[in-house]
Amino acid sequence: MKNFWREILRFLAKKANSIQVLSSLLAIVFGMLFGLLVMLIVNPADAFPGFFTILTGPFQAGMRSFGNMFYRATPIIFTGLSVAFAFRTGLFNIGATGQFTIGAYIAVYIGVHWGFLGPFHWAVAIFFALIGGGLWGALPGLLKAFRNVHEVVSSIMLNYVAMYLMILMVKRTVFFGDHARSLAIQDSAELPKWFLGSIFPGSSINIGIFIAILFVAVIHIILNKTTFGYELKSVGFNKDAAKYSGMNEKRNIVLSMAIAGAIAGAGGAVFFLVGGRYLHVNAVLMQQGFTGIAVALLGLSAPIGVLLAGIFYGFLELGGLFLQGFDFTREIIDIIIAVIIYFSALSLFLQKFVASYIKRKTEEDVEIAEGADIK
Amino acid sequence: MDYVIEMIDITKEFPGIKANDQVNFKLKKQEIHALLGENGAGKSTLMSVLFGLYQADEGHIKVRGQEVDIRNPNDANDLNIGMVHQHFKLVHNFTVTENIILGSEDTKYGMLTYQNARQKIKELSDRYKLKVNPDAKIEDISVGQQQRVEILKMLYRQAEILIFDEPTASLTPQEIEELMKILKGLTKEGKSIVLITHKLNEIRQVADRCTILRKGKSINTVVVKDTTNEQLAEMMVGRKVVFELEKTKAKPKDTVLQVKNLSIKQKEGSKLLVKNVSFKAKRGEILCIAGIEGNGQTELVYGLTGMMPIQEGSILLKDNDITGLSIRNRSLTGLSHIPEDRQRHGLVLDFTLENNLILQNYFTSKFHHRGFLKFEAIRENAERLIDQFDIRSSRGPISLARSMSGGNQQKLILGREIDRNNDLLIAVQPTRGLDVGAIEFIHQQLIDQRDQGKAVLLVSLELDEVMNISDRILVMYEGELVGELDPSKIDEKELGLYMAGSKRGEIS
Ligand SMILES: Nc1ncnc2c1ncn2[C@@H]1O[C@H](COP(=O)(O)OP(=O)(O)OP(=O)(O)O)[C@@H](O)[C@H]1O
Ligand SMILES: [Mg+2]
Repeated sequence: MKNFWREILRFLAKKANSIQVLSSLLAIVFGMLFGLLVMLIVNPADAFPGFFTILTGPFQAGMRSFGNMFYRATPIIFTGLSVAFAFRTGLFNIGATGQFTIGAYIAVYIGVHWGFLGPFHWAVAIFFALIGGGLWGALPGLLKAFRNVHEVVSSIMLNYVAMYLMILMVKRTVFFGDHARSLAIQDSAELPKWFLGSIFPGSSINIGIFIAILFVAVIHIILNKTTFGYELKSVGFNKDAAKYSGMNEKRNIVLSMAIAGAIAGAGGAVFFLVGGRYLHVNAVLMQQGFTGIAVALLGLSAPIGVLLAGIFYGFLELGGLFLQGFDFTREIIDIIIAVIIYFSALSLFLQKFVASYIKRKTEEDVEIAEGADIK
Repeated sequence: MDYVIEMIDITKEFPGIKANDQVNFKLKKQEIHALLGENGAGKSTLMSVLFGLYQADEGHIKVRGQEVDIRNPNDANDLNIGMVHQHFKLVHNFTVTENIILGSEDTKYGMLTYQNARQKIKELSDRYKLKVNPDAKIEDISVGQQQRVEILKMLYRQAEILIFDEPTASLTPQEIEELMKILKGLTKEGKSIVLITHKLNEIRQVADRCTILRKGKSINTVVVKDTTNEQLAEMMVGRKVVFELEKTKAKPKDTVLQVKNLSIKQKEGSKLLVKNVSFKAKRGEILCIAGIEGNGQTELVYGLTGMMPIQEGSILLKDNDITGLSIRNRSLTGLSHIPEDRQRHGLVLDFTLENNLILQNYFTSKFHHRGFLKFEAIRENAERLIDQFDIRSSRGPISLARSMSGGNQQKLILGREIDRNNDLLIAVQPTRGLDVGAIEFIHQQLIDQRDQGKAVLLVSLELDEVMNISDRILVMYEGELVGELDPSKIDEKELGLYMAGSKRGEIS
């Protein structure tokens, strides 16, 4: 057993980014343990069964739960991908929330009013949400490129602008006054389930997850296989070298923010093109954008990583739902997620820790082995 | 024997390469001990092990006879070991004092110790004749002074054993002269010094002993005054080396670059850094812009390549007016540029070697098809240039640029720019940080470019380089061209007079 562990560590020590992956996993473990601690403090008797429930969330009710896990992961994969993409190009898109909100409103508007589109209804709604989110994302990009305003500052402000704009527009165009929410979208605007309905019977899953995977694939290809991605990454890693080689930094900043915004906007559409979900007119920022930051960090800013981290998030959320069966509020899950965010933000530190652990272990073992030889 | 440092059988392996292979290195008290070896021989790695940045896989270290375990730079600090890195690690908008106390214990008492620290730094600076103003901002002082700040930092932390990794690579000859005096002075005060350098004359000037590394192994330790430069070079590369350039007389042809009345300012309202400069560079010649650092050469190059806006004047490249063109379009008109600051401009450190090699032409049809990168072509390109320019790294094309040795990073840039075969090659300090063999090779490449009918514009602070390979010299002083010289008709002394601004001549 010990030998096996050592071999694994040896192998990891040789792989370049395994340390990063390990530190992400470690962030998860710490987050979960911290959650357990909180549960023990709040309600010691139910803590362990509750924790067990979180861990086994989706396995509780068979395929239906799995379907719901993917369903919950979907919007977060979008916002996570948006943040991760911007990260890779050297920008911090804290405005995913605003872009998500804009996309959501546009999708709902089209969903309510544009019934004439028939079978194309939902697709057109997503398309315009994507454009709207993209334009919204381009704003901080333009401000940064031409006015040197830091994207974090402008996109935080734009988050609020987006929220109030959404409230205003909902009230004007798609308001259902009795319930202080948006009108229901038409059936043709709801995302279809296709065969997913029969694989995951009884679950809310729809083809949103496929759209998310499609986006992940496209962004992965852009970043890793194209000259465009090469340019974006060059600017992200070293602006001065990008300038030296004649890349147009301003254009890249604007494009990059626009693409990030488009992804988040599409996420907003996918989230709201669902029967029974409405835009509310409370002045509260949508949380998906912020959760996306955590998922991007946890996924090491790689599209595939974001996909996995997003699904993990869906898993936790589901666990949180089941947790309500015990005497816990589902905020426990939020705490766990928050801790994971902090730990993944501290991932540099964790990386060091993991690296030195691997080093120490492999070295100690060598010493032990050598010592044994002498005896 | 009194050794302050003994490194015994040190082995350090990186994925794909043994950077140090059973290396032995012993430093005596109060000596200056040079470390010599080709680019990538493992010099920086060995000293990083001593300084606690890396841990050795095998071997052990004794400090003043005690076996020690140095796990991080703090441990090294506690053992009174200090290091000045190949690339300085100073915070640019902080003052000298702030940089020096950064990360050392005293800061926890806040303002009070700031004044104490400032006083102490002043005293140290006076005592070792470093002439550093503790209140100056790093961004406002010269590279030479920045280096002295690094030295002060070590002294401030009571280092007794000082490691210098290529300290002279970015200094002017005058600054080098001063540094050598400082080093001598430090040993008189009881310090022991390790000096990594590629310059044999510096070793001869100050070092007592020299340890030679080759491909990760320690080859020999010799007493400098009993050894000739030829012997040192031979031990370093493992065969006899001939220092001889094949250089025929230049046959200048038509003009490639014509600069007319060029003036450049840093910012609106500030003073001119380049003043009314006019000159021509022709096919088939190596034209050198010589001068002491900070006399406008950097800005002149930025102006020519488009990295900085110009105030006045025009630039013609092969009869095209490129004055208003973007960096990319100038480069496409036929301009290659080996930048002065390799890590800032020349490389994306987090890209692989092969990806860095396409930085200037990733957008050409050679490397993409409808926007998709051609990975095979990129790999082939890398393999060809690695071979041609002897770029050494741990994992070949997929090595991260960050993990490459300083000299090999430089070779990467040189290979990329020379291979573009443009009509004008602007080379700023092209051989900075290269070993003697690589310098000869690059000089030969520059001469070959010239002989193929290219114009080479060389900007160099290195007098040897200026005298040996240029065909015509323009001296720059305080932003102006103050002399046009023929290297075969003058000596270094006279060139020095022009560079110092005490002599002026005519420009054709
Ligand atoms: N962090 C690292 N990861 C992987 N390989 C490394 C790393 N650091 C150094 N190397 C490799 O180890 C070898 C020795 O590098 P080192 O920097 O010690 O050379 P050097 O003698 O200082 O050369 P130079 O004169 O060019 O500075 C090189 O092949 C380099 O690519
Ligand atoms: Mg080095």
